[in-house]
Amino acid sequence: MGYYILRRLLIAIPSLLGISVVLFTVLALAPGDPFEELATNPAVPPEVRMALRAKFGLDDPVAVRYVRWITAMAQGDWGFSFVSRINVDDLILQRLGVTLFVIGTSQILALLIAIPVGVIAATRPYSLFDQIANTLAFVGFSLPTFFTGLLFILIFSIWLDWLPFVYQADIKATGWQWYWQHIRQAIMPIAVLGLFQGASLVRYVRSAVLDVIRLDYVTTARAKGLGERVVIVKHVVRNALIPVVTLVALQMPAIFGGAIVTEQIFRIPGIGSLLISSILANDTPVIMAVTFVFACLVVLFNLIADILYGWLDPRITFR
Amino acid sequence: MNEHELRALAGEVKEGKLSRRAFITRMVALGLTAPMASQMLDFVGVARADTKFNYKPTKRGGGGALRLLWWQAPTLLNPHFATGTKDQDASRVFYEPLAGWDADGNLVAILAAEIPSRENGGLAADGKSVTWKLKQGVKWHDGKPFTADDVVFNWEYAADPATSAVSTASYKDVKVVKVDDFTVRVEFTKPTPFWADAFVGTRGMLIPKHLFAEYKGEKSRDAPTNLKPIGTGPYKLVDFKPGDMIRADANADYHVANQPYFDTFEMKGGGDAVSAARAVLQTGEYDYAWNMQVEDAILKRLETGGKGAVHVVPGGNIEFIQLNSTDPWTEVDGERASIKTKHPAFSDPAVRQAMMLLVDRKSVEDHIYGRTGVATANFLNNPERYNSKNTKFEFNVAKANELLDKAGWKKGADGIREKGGVKLKFVYQTSINAPRQKNQAIVKQAAQQAGIDLELKSVVASVFFSSDVANPDTYPKFFADMQMYTTTMTQPDPELFMNQYCSWEVATKDNKWQGRNAARFRNDEYDKVYKEAQAELDPVKRAAMFIRMNDIVVGQENGTIIPVVYRPRAHARSNTLRADVSGWDNDTWAIARWYREG
Repeated sequence: MGYYILRRLLIAIPSLLGISVVLFTVLALAPGDPFEELATNPAVPPEVRMALRAKFGLDDPVAVRYVRWITAMAQGDWGFSFVSRINVDDLILQRLGVTLFVIGTSQILALLIAIPVGVIAATRPYSLFDQIANTLAFVGFSLPTFFTGLLFILIFSIWLDWLPFVYQADIKATGWQWYWQHIRQAIMPIAVLGLFQGASLVRYVRSAVLDVIRLDYVTTARAKGLGERVVIVKHVVRNALIPVVTLVALQMPAIFGGAIVTEQIFRIPGIGSLLISSILANDTPVIMAVTFVFACLVVLFNLIADILYGWLDPRITFR
Repeated sequence: MNEHELRALAGEVKEGKLSRRAFITRMVALGLTAPMASQMLDFVGVARADTKFNYKPTKRGGGGALRLLWWQAPTLLNPHFATGTKDQDASRVFYEPLAGWDADGNLVAILAAEIPSRENGGLAADGKSVTWKLKQGVKWHDGKPFTADDVVFNWEYAADPATSAVSTASYKDVKVVKVDDFTVRVEFTKPTPFWADAFVGTRGMLIPKHLFAEYKGEKSRDAPTNLKPIGTGPYKLVDFKPGDMIRADANADYHVANQPYFDTFEMKGGGDAVSAARAVLQTGEYDYAWNMQVEDAILKRLETGGKGAVHVVPGGNIEFIQLNSTDPWTEVDGERASIKTKHPAFSDPAVRQAMMLLVDRKSVEDHIYGRTGVATANFLNNPERYNSKNTKFEFNVAKANELLDKAGWKKGADGIREKGGVKLKFVYQTSINAPRQKNQAIVKQAAQQAGIDLELKSVVASVFFSSDVANPDTYPKFFADMQMYTTTMTQPDPELFMNQYCSWEVATKDNKWQGRNAARFRNDEYDKVYKEAQAELDPVKRAAMFIRMNDIVVGQENGTIIPVVYRPRAHARSNTLRADVSGWDNDTWAIARWYREG
């Protein structure tokens, strides 16, 4: 097991290197200039822009810039943002908490919806409940998050005026008020992400449970005279969840991606909105760092999925 | 009334025979504008009545929270590094200049004790220096006093090329001398009519010497205070998250009595303009939202929410079309659109005049921009004293056809006019932005009726406005026949603004297309008048010179510029908030005076 993890981690290094080369080249080839706003401002002489470009090493060839970036990165130096001139790791750390909170909570919400709904739908296949659950699931994952986000804002903020739609990372209130305000502003983004995830998970849970529920050992359990509840919870769901757990792990990076749009809509100061604003500002070091973090997450969660799978299903061995 | 009589009258005001107001009323009756009349009095040395703001609160604080929404989030708080207006606006809450510009383009003292004038001895008669008296008793947020040393330091800091300050243009060619602890003198190398540049307005914000002295030049990036401003402004920083939000508390030691009114200040960033407008106009979550680049129809719909309204303040930004003076399709010495070439069609004044007649500016205003874009015949629109009254615009397809017929441009079988093998087929480029594409379509349709075929091209804004030397689609390269964009006027004096048509500013391969004259406009008279204006100390004559320059670039005879709409600055504001906003300075320039009523 330990050997397996070590080997997988070693394999991850060349793939991450490859990813970084591709990202860096694409960013270097993409048009745009972090000092674009200075270019259109008549009050800023072109020499300032030239000096800044030279100072930040933008005029060097791509290969030189890449080597400089990767050696600094290997030593833990993530570089600094061109627009705010502070270190990129500080910038990301400032944003990470909010993103993890929103994504984590929405993932929990998704599981809380998907597992019971999927299991009940599978135990009563083609019943009215199953039909409705299926239809809603289809609607849910066909609607993109930016659409549901805007819809929620329209309904809950503008028509009903119940919830704020501008997210604030630090709320000044204390005590219960603090929690209440946090929950109020987080309801919409979490619901948007959670419902979207939940909708797609429902179908996986349903089909996984359906696969298991027909197996002989379930019939045996029933024949032993176990209650239906025990059969479903202890025998069916446990086994059915093995593929679902790996799926959740594999989907984590995709959720980060989905959160980008949601963060932008609700002005959540997370990593996703950082990525968007740095792309708009051509802030290469930040774009590079954030996309690289995403790449690492993909590799990492793939590994976690594989390990979890083996751990949950002892029939699988690591070699 | 001739110049001599005017001067006599202004003299009477000086001697106290005529009141300032009576003089201005008479001038306005004669067709002069109030700011222009007011400036005439300044020139003869009549003290200016301080612009009075209707600030009602009678004590400091007690106003609760002030909440602003900037849809582009501030990313750093050092005014000398402010990449965009968002950073300047945010810095302005903490840092202040010696003086700011009000909505009419007049100077208002902030950290200066008074505005320098000929009468108070501030302005040298030869126009080669200006002496600023500083307000005394001003303290930085950390309690240290603000003195002339700080002012001199800001000059050293910004003028140092190693600092790479974006404000350097205002400082690098002047010399700043400390006269005493509360007096500084700015010295120019030649007579300078526009002396209010260094230490004034957007680029004049002053940072404290005692915190930045160690971080001058190469080390400028490392200053911790780049993100934690210690200024003299009405609010003190509590927390700043780059790209997200700023939180601040009222400065209990602020140097103006009874200000600020609000106890806390918050500036949230990010998102998009429409939802920012919504948060102010419809839900009232915020008090103020900046830069409403949203179609007027949408703004009007949001305003029915009843929580706030959109306000516009005049500024100098203008959306305009350039006709290329050079030939973008021929390469000379490896350079397209080289000034060694002439545009095959636009070199004929009839074609240029026809194009001017084919731009339906009124429709662009009515159907696209609404309150945020006003149809205009002038390139230089504001301040009012520089606005030419000699020009007018007209949309007339029949007249354009007639002009082209007369000049010998005949319609071919395909309905496109041609003469001597040159077809009236033009590429018309702009950046990708919904109103601009609509505007292109309006022009194309009219041109078609006159036998001119326009090929519309739209370039992603991040490319179009970049300084990327390798990219052929940037606006300074102008490898097209026509192009359209907005150019900004950042200060009320047009000297810098109007240099974009000087022949030495032409963007060429030699200067890596860094010249500001993208249109490649070249005119001897323009160059001559511009040089004269740079040295003319009489504001009335100087205004006339800028008006003449405007008339040349948009004129029938030599003009290649078609102004479309000038773009006043629009912001959304809660109905209860009273804010003093100027189009010549940062939105937050007078934030100390903002208060709530009702």
